[in-house]
Amino acid sequence: MDRLRGFLAGDPGADRVVPPTGFTAWLTIFAAGAMAFLAVFALALSLATARLADRWGDALARSSTLRISAPEGQMMAQTDAALKVLGTTPGVARARALTGEEQRALLEPWFGPDLPIETLPIPQLVEIVEEGRGYDAAGLRLRLAAEVPGAILDDHTRWREPLVRAASRLRLLGWVSLILIAGTVGAIITLAANAALAANGQIIGVLRLVGARDSYIVQAFVRRFTLRGLIGAGAGTVLGCIAVALLPRTEVGGGFLTGLGFQGWHWLWPLTVPLLSGAVAFFATRAAAQRTLRDMP
Amino acid sequence: MIELENVAYSYGGGELLSDITLRLQPGSFHFLTGPSGAGKTTLLKLLYGALMPTAGFVRLFDADVRDLTRDDIALARRRIGVVHQDCQFLNHLSVAENIALPLMVSDRDMLAEDANLRELTGWVGLTQRAGALPPELSGGERQRAALARALIMSPDVILADEPTGNVDWEMSQRLMRLLVELNRMGKTIMIATHDLALIRAAKSHVQARVLRISNRRLQLAGADL
Repeated sequence: MDRLRGFLAGDPGADRVVPPTGFTAWLTIFAAGAMAFLAVFALALSLATARLADRWGDALARSSTLRISAPEGQMMAQTDAALKVLGTTPGVARARALTGEEQRALLEPWFGPDLPIETLPIPQLVEIVEEGRGYDAAGLRLRLAAEVPGAILDDHTRWREPLVRAASRLRLLGWVSLILIAGTVGAIITLAANAALAANGQIIGVLRLVGARDSYIVQAFVRRFTLRGLIGAGAGTVLGCIAVALLPRTEVGGGFLTGLGFQGWHWLWPLTVPLLSGAVAFFATRAAAQRTLRDMP
Repeated sequence: MIELENVAYSYGGGELLSDITLRLQPGSFHFLTGPSGAGKTTLLKLLYGALMPTAGFVRLFDADVRDLTRDDIALARRRIGVVHQDCQFLNHLSVAENIALPLMVSDRDMLAEDANLRELTGWVGLTQRAGALPPELSGGERQRAALARALIMSPDVILADEPTGNVDWEMSQRLMRLLVELNRMGKTIMIATHDLALIRAAKSHVQARVLRISNRRLQLAGADL
């Protein structure tokens, strides 16, 4: 802890011995900032897809839909029969027929608000909520075929599984992106540090001549590049968070995705981006500096 | 103090120095001479651990240089003040900061050393130039600043490589007087130079051994000087 405090506080002398390199410094800060900005989006994507996968995986797995298509006049009777069957099926917590209003709301995004639903041959939907380990879908289908011939059971498996798989892949992609971004930050900072070390070979020679230990020289470079990484990534993270916060909410747009962004304590996750960037910069510069000093006579 | 024993040094397939044996006793004064390219700078670098011998032994303060870690060599260099012909300054730091550089890198308390720094800067006559940047100094001022930097840690040994190479005769005499004065304070001095007139002039003020590198080997000179 003392070493970390000492590192952050810095040594004014060590900070002065390496001359400032304006253009390289700004490039490093900009690169770290841009990468942090992208990292925030990758993080938001990962967390959003994680939420999607959870929702599709859990919430939808707990429910299913019964669709009853029957000639006019039989709809009510078949709906009652279906509800009776469902009411005696183990694993079904509750089942209820959707009201006309609810069915209209489901169709509204496609047909608009003035749809005369009563005049259309629209099937009756029954929402089924499961309990415990769920119901035996094959057995229920057999019972429904016998007692409610117009009923089709949709347990959501058919479309839920590909969506969950897609969400999981997206989440994985998000994490891979984060790893690639961290690697890119490391590569950029290593290149910048190598360039700085090569450009300052004469200074390193002088420092050694006057008795500087390698650790002193390494620290002078490492601290500089770590701070650049931290500053750049801090700015990039703030901008990234603002951009994510400004993204339109799904509640407004009613889109398919549940919202690319952070919710609740997930807003703390972006704080890790500058820290990670600083850590990457620290280790990348230290490795580059130690390698350079080892190779120097 | 610093000792070379049967040292050879090769570079690029050729042997630059061969069978060199030399002991720098505390308080001694040595001149190292020889033609350009004879290996004077190489020998000095062996003496402060900047180069490793390809054969033989180099002992820095009784420790075999091959047994020393890089940190050990750094610590040993704090006891050896080195003055190069080209001075080797950090051009973005002021003269005072360059003189104080050995203090900075050895984590000394700069405030506590401030009086020492001022005194030394005054001793080499650079008080008025302390805030200047190295490129703004004349050749003589640069050499005096390099000497002050070499002395700031109060080293036991001072190695100077052509310290008067870029200065006029008057300034070279002034620098020599400073080095002789340091020797009288007990410092061990070795000066590499090809300027025989300088050696002759200095010998009237100090008892010095004059060594010459000839055909890769070290010889005692003197009779002809």
